[in-house]
Amino acid sequence: MSEPPISRGFRGRGNAARSARVPPGQHLVDDFPVLSAGPTPPVDLPNWRLSIEDGDSPLAEWSWAQFMALPQTDLIVDIHCVTTWSKLDTRWRGVSIDALLEAAGLSEPPQPYVLAHCDGGYTTNIPAEDLLDGKAMVAWEYDGEPLHPEHGGPARLLVPHLYFWKSAKWVQKLQFVDPEVPGFWEENGYHIYGDPWREQRYDGD
Amino acid sequence: MTGIEAAAPALAPKKQWLTATVREVTDETPRVRSLVLDVPGWPGHSAGQHVDVRLTAPDGYQAQRSYSIASAPASGTITLTVEMLPDGEVSSYLAGEARVGDQFELRGPIGGYFVWTPDLEGPLFLVGGGSGIVPLMAILRERAANMMMLRDGGAKGAAQPASLLFSSRSYDDIIYRAELERLAGQGGGLTVTHTLTRGAPAGWAGLSRRIDAMMLTEHGFAPDLMPRIFICGPTPLVETVAFTLRELGHGPKLIKTERFGPTGK
Repeated sequence: MSEPPISRGFRGRGNAARSARVPPGQHLVDDFPVLSAGPTPPVDLPNWRLSIEDGDSPLAEWSWAQFMALPQTDLIVDIHCVTTWSKLDTRWRGVSIDALLEAAGLSEPPQPYVLAHCDGGYTTNIPAEDLLDGKAMVAWEYDGEPLHPEHGGPARLLVPHLYFWKSAKWVQKLQFVDPEVPGFWEENGYHIYGDPWREQRYDGD
Repeated sequence: MTGIEAAAPALAPKKQWLTATVREVTDETPRVRSLVLDVPGWPGHSAGQHVDVRLTAPDGYQAQRSYSIASAPASGTITLTVEMLPDGEVSSYLAGEARVGDQFELRGPIGGYFVWTPDLEGPLFLVGGGSGIVPLMAILRERAANMMMLRDGGAKGAAQPASLLFSSRSYDDIIYRAELERLAGQGGGLTVTHTLTRGAPAGWAGLSRRIDAMMLTEHGFAPDLMPRIFICGPTPLVETVAFTLRELGHGPKLIKTERFGPTGK
C-alpha cells in the first residue's frame, strides 16, 4: 500500500486528542448531531406499538404503557456515527432486547437475523446475536430526559457497538428473519454489518 | 465465507482512497470556499452524493470528514464547497489553508438516497440553508447540463419546473449568488428565491425571515403535483421545513433530507 500524501500545512489537533476509545477515522464531538433520511415523524404515544415478528407471524406487541412496565435497563456507552463523529459516555434508559424476548416468552431468537422497521419506513438489519446479552435495547430516555423526536423519540433501537445508523430511530417492529435482509442504508451503499472498529463504513469495506 | 457475507447483496469492491490535488480555489463568501480537484481514478458520481476527505499531517496524524460534492456529474470534475466552522479541524484547512497544488485523500462517492437523476419525474423543490446549498447546487448544475442535452432527447426530469428556496444569514453569505442568478435567468423553468435571516442590506426587495409555511406554499409546488423535495441545511431548519411540508400535505416518502450539526436544543 502506498503512503498517503501529506497535506501541506495541516497539523490538526494532533495525536494527543486521540483516545483508545475512538475507532479509526472517527473524531470526538460534545454535541449530538442529527442525521435522518426524511422528516421526523410526529410522536403519538396513544397509538405507539412495539412488536416482534418471526418472519410474518406476530409474536408479541406492547403498547407504550406495557413497554414502560417491562424491566428497564440503564446503559452508559460510546456511540459512533459513520459520518465520523463519536460521542463518549452517552446515558440511556430502555428495555433490553433480552427483556423483550423474555417478555415474549422466547428463550432464544427465533431466527438468526433481525430487520428493524421504523415509523417513516426506515429499516436496518442486524444479526440477532448482536442484540443479545445486554448489547442492545429499545431506548426511550437519553441523558435523563425522554428521547427527543429528532433523536428517535419516543423510542429507538440502541446498538452502540455498531455504527449508529443501526440504532434505528422511531423503531416499531423487530422482525426476525433468515436469510438476512439488507435495510435502508445497507441497500444504499453502506456496509451490511457496520463494525466501527473494523471501519466497515461502506459496501466493500 | 461467513453467513453474513453470504446473505449480503452483491459484494462491492472496497472504495479506495484516491489522491486529490487542488486545481483551483474560489472564495464563495468570506467563510466559504470551493476547491476544484483533480482526482485520477475517480469513478464518477450522482448529484447529491458526498465524499469522505482524509487529511494527513507530517507526523502521520489523520483526520477524516464527509463533504457534499458541489459539481455536476456531467462536468467530469470534483468540486467541494466547504464552510469554515469554528474549531473545524478539517474545514479550517480546506476553507482556509489549502492552496493550488496541495494534496489530500478522497473516498467515494457515498450515499445512494439523497440523489437526483434526470429521469426522476415531477417538479423539483429544493430547500437549502447556508452550506446546505452544496448538494442542491450539484442537482441544479446537473439539471442545467441535462437541459442542454434535452434538445437531443434527454431525460424528462430536467424539463420539469424547479424551485429553489435558499436561506442565508446575510446578502454577503449567499453562496453561489451569481451562478444561481444566471441559472434562473436562462429560461430553464427554474425559480430561485432567497431569504435572509440576519438582516438585509438597504434596498433588499426579497424575503428576510426564517423559512415558514407561507414561504413553502408560495415558492414550492402543490402536494397534488407530487414534487420531489430535497432539503439540506442545519438541523433546526431541516426539522422545521420537513415538518411543515408534511403538515401542508406532502408525502414523507417524497421528502429527502440531509442535516448537519446538532439540534441546537
